[in-house]
Parts: sequence; C-alpha cells; structure tokens
Amino acid sequence: MSDVEIKTLTMNFGPQHPAAHGVLRLVVEMDGEIVERCDPHIGLLHRGTEKLIEYKTYLQAVPYFDRLDYVSPMCQEHAFALAVEKLLGITAPERGQYIRVLFSEITRILNHLLNVTTFAMDTGALTPPLWGFEQRELLMEYYEGVSGSRMHANYFRPGGVHQDLPDGMLDSMEAWIKQFYPFLKDLEDLLNDNRIFRQRTVDIGVVSKKQALDWGFSGPMIRASGIPWDLRKSQPYDVYERMDFDIPVGKTGDCFARYLVRIEEMYQSVRIMEQCIKALRTVRGPVRIDDRKIAPPRRAEMKGSMEALIHHFKLYTEGYKVPAGETYTVVEAPKGEFGVYLVSDGTNKPYRCKIRAPGFPHLQALDMMTRGHQLADMSANIGSLDIVFGEIDR
Amino acid sequence: MDDLGAHIAQKSGATTGWSVRLGELMLDTTPDKLIALLTFLKNDPRCLFAQLVDVCGVDWPEREKRFDVVYNLLSLRNNQRVRVKVEIDEATPVPSAAAVYSSATWFEREAYDLYGVWFADHPDLRRILTDYGFEGHPLRKDFPLTGFVEMRWDDVQKRVIYEPVKLTQEFRRFDFLSPWEGGIERILPGDEKATETN
Repeated sequence: MSDVEIKTLTMNFGPQHPAAHGVLRLVVEMDGEIVERCDPHIGLLHRGTEKLIEYKTYLQAVPYFDRLDYVSPMCQEHAFALAVEKLLGITAPERGQYIRVLFSEITRILNHLLNVTTFAMDTGALTPPLWGFEQRELLMEYYEGVSGSRMHANYFRPGGVHQDLPDGMLDSMEAWIKQFYPFLKDLEDLLNDNRIFRQRTVDIGVVSKKQALDWGFSGPMIRASGIPWDLRKSQPYDVYERMDFDIPVGKTGDCFARYLVRIEEMYQSVRIMEQCIKALRTVRGPVRIDDRKIAPPRRAEMKGSMEALIHHFKLYTEGYKVPAGETYTVVEAPKGEFGVYLVSDGTNKPYRCKIRAPGFPHLQALDMMTRGHQLADMSANIGSLDIVFGEIDR
Repeated sequence: MDDLGAHIAQKSGATTGWSVRLGELMLDTTPDKLIALLTFLKNDPRCLFAQLVDVCGVDWPEREKRFDVVYNLLSLRNNQRVRVKVEIDEATPVPSAAAVYSSATWFEREAYDLYGVWFADHPDLRRILTDYGFEGHPLRKDFPLTGFVEMRWDDVQKRVIYEPVKLTQEFRRFDFLSPWEGGIERILPGDEKATETN
C-alpha cells in the first residue's frame, strides 16, 4: 500500500456566522471533519474604548462600560464605580449598595438567559431562545424603570446609583420572581434530558482544573471545571457578604457542566434578588453619596440654590479629580472576573483604564478546547464559552 | 500583606522593590528577572499564584523607559492578588510569560499591538485587536485619538481603501481642569513670566 499524503484543509469561519455570537473570524485547519487547529481572529469590533476613556472625565467614562459586554451592562459599570470609589476613598450608602447588588443579579439572569438559550440554539433547539427572550424583555423593563434605557443603562455611578427605584418596582419584581421559577423549570425540562442537547454537549470541550487555572478562566467556566471560586464569596464587594447563596460547581468540565452551572446560578441569583428586595423595604436613606464634590445635586435643589447650580456645572464640565494612584478592582460579572485596572494621575481624567474582559482569556482557550473535536463541536464550544465581542474587542 | 511582600522580596531575590497601596500588593522587577519572579510566585507554597489574570501596558512618554508592563496575578488558594511591574523602553524586549502561564499569550499580543512592547520568545507575536495591516500603536500617548487613516468603500476600485483622516472640524479637546484649585502642576499661558528673572 502506498503512502497517501493527507493535506489539512484551511477553512474560514465567520466573521458573519450565526454560531459565532458576533463578529468572530476563525481560521480552522481541518483534517476531514476533525479540527486540527483553530486560530481566532478578533478585533473586528474594536472601538478603542480604553483610548476614549483616557479623553473623558470619570463620569463620562461610565457609559462606555455598558457598551462593552452589551448583555451584562450594569455589572461592568459596577466594576468601574468600585474602582473609582476605591481611589477616591469613598463607599456608597447602604441603600445604594443593595440596589447595585439587586441589579447586578438581574444582569446576571439577563446574561445567563441569553447565553443558555442561544447555546441551545447553536445545538439545534429553537424554543429556548423564544421563551427566554420574553423573560429578558420583562427584566429589561426594570432597567428601563430605573434608568430610562433598556440596555445601556448608565445607572451605577461612582458613589452609588443615579436614582432611587420608582414606586411599586419591588412589588413588580416579586411578581416576576413568582413566575420565573416555573419558567426556569420549564427551560430545564426542555434541555436537561433532551437527547440531542446531551449528545451535542456531554464530553465536549472538557477543561481540566489545571487547564482552567493555566488559561486564566473565571466565572462559570472555572466553576464548571470543579473549582469553587466566586468573587462574590471570596472577595465580596458591596453587600454581597450579607447575602445567602450557594456556588454551583460542575463535575465534568464539559459543555454540559457549563450549561448546568449557569442554570443553577440563575436560581441563586433569584435568591439574592429576594433578599435584596426584602432588605430594600426596610433600608431607607440616600442611594448615592451625599458629597457635592462627587455626586451632583438633585434637580429640585438646583432651582433654588446657587451653590447647587455651581456644583452641578462644575461636576458636568470639569468633573471631579481623583487622587493619584492605581487599583485593580474586580467584580464577578456573569461571564467571569471583570476587572478594571485604573491608573489616576490626579487629574479629572483617567490616565490609563485597562479593561480585563473575562471573555478574552476564554476565547483564547478555544483552540485548546476544540483540537481533535469535530467541526460541529466547535460551535457548541463557542456557545458554552459565553463570549460577547463588545468586551473582547473593546 | 506586608509579610507576604517581604517574604517574596527575600525568598525570590528577583524584585527591586515592593509596596502596599490601597490594600494592593505591588512588586517591581527588571525584565531579566521577570520569569524567575513569576515562576517563584506560581510555585512558592506561600504564594501559589496559579492564575495570570491580566497583562497590560501603561505609557509614560516623559520617562526614559517609557512603558510599564503590568502583570496581575491571582492566588485562588490564598485568596490574594499581586501586581508585578516591569519598566521597559521601546527597543528592549520583555521575556514572554507564555511558558509559565498560557493565558499570557493573548494578553502579550494585545500589549504588543496597542503599545509596541516587544516580547522575546513569544510563540505568536501578531497584532490582535487592530485591523489587518494597521500601522502604529494606538494606545501610546503620542497617538492621536482620531488616528491617521480612515477607511471607505471605493466604488470605482470596488474595494475598501484607506485615506488620511479628513476632519470637517478639528478635534477639540475640552480641558476643564480648573487651574486654581491646586494639586496639579500646570503652567498657564503667561505664567512662565513669573519665574523668569526680572
């Protein structure tokens, strides 16, 4: 028998592909149906956020964070707000912290609903996204209620949140929670024992504990590999230490484990929401710091007070000066560890604002996860990574 | 945290200084000792920084060695973070950390892309975030916010072409920084006369 030389086929995947979750271009080397190597080309959504932030005051930088990972906006504002607060040496008032935790968890559910359901769509199921997006719309109404905007909220500010909750929102949330539990149960019924879903995800893209550490995984990705690590527990910020919730941990580290972890996290997020709602009924007081050098005065106050008018003008033109220093502040965003490395030189604009997006190292590991798998498994892997290009390309 | 800083400085012998500010531990080192320090931090039983979370550059153009390369590490075992800083100029390469932490590969590509910091022995040092064929390093302080080229579809050539940036209005940098509140050393137009000998 003569030797036959088998050439690998180089294939281009994306940048416009429904399974790419955005603008991902992959150059895949294939041996038949088996992926030998895949090289992600990113940066097609690069908007220079970090450069732009260097030219804006601290307050003007907040909306850029909504536009990074556009399915979990408020968690990213949270990271920036905490970083600025750390440099300024202030803390948000208690009610403001509860509101921030409440909305962080709403954000987590928003994100996981999108990811779990579109992941199911990648593997061939259409009903989950149709159902899940309805719930997302209901949640985005709360975003709209507090900030006037469904997605790009610009609601968390250094020193608290912009405004208090409107009347009746807590009741409405409780009603939403009541109907959300059966919804999650239905979603699980659709997928957990679904033969096709299992065949597409079980034992696909297995990541060991060692690999998860080496590749800088965080969030649901590292928990699915069996490492119980959650920044809300280990390095709690705002009022997370008062919350009672569990950290789901996967056993197998495959795509199915990552799906299960995200589903369970939604249950836990609802638990945190319930505790926040209960606390917010009793905790009264301001929602943002009462320091006119950092937080602007209320509109009504400005109508009668010259001081307030001056403060407002100064805050929205010059902004506030942040003492020189640097900090790396992290939050547990739905996708993992979202960090802001903020360097201040003592002026009213950040000197350097590096955004550490969790999706960036996750996508980097796609090559490691996909090698030796079939082409169709690659789209399952991408779905389970939970990548959004707003944050990866920045 | 002070104990840990002193421990690392003493045992690794690869730092040039350490400090704790805002409750965060920072280590300074030189490029030739960087890999030794990272390996130490990863393996020492009191450190066990198993994850490299982030690598980024910071540009200080007025310094002789203009770049800081900043490594953020996380120890899950000890629930501890540390930041390692290396100063470097434009021409000298930093040894790549990709052999110690796999996650460094893309972060270093990004630092190279945005700042032009060279990494020696990097497995795959290509641009990552900017466009194919991009020139320059956009996050350097001397790179203008508006960039140098703009792109459009040319209907005659039937392809995308790049042209020098044309702005209908010059880029305006609003500088509202109040000059009389102190804390910032700035020379206002005309102020230089005060220090001239008269």
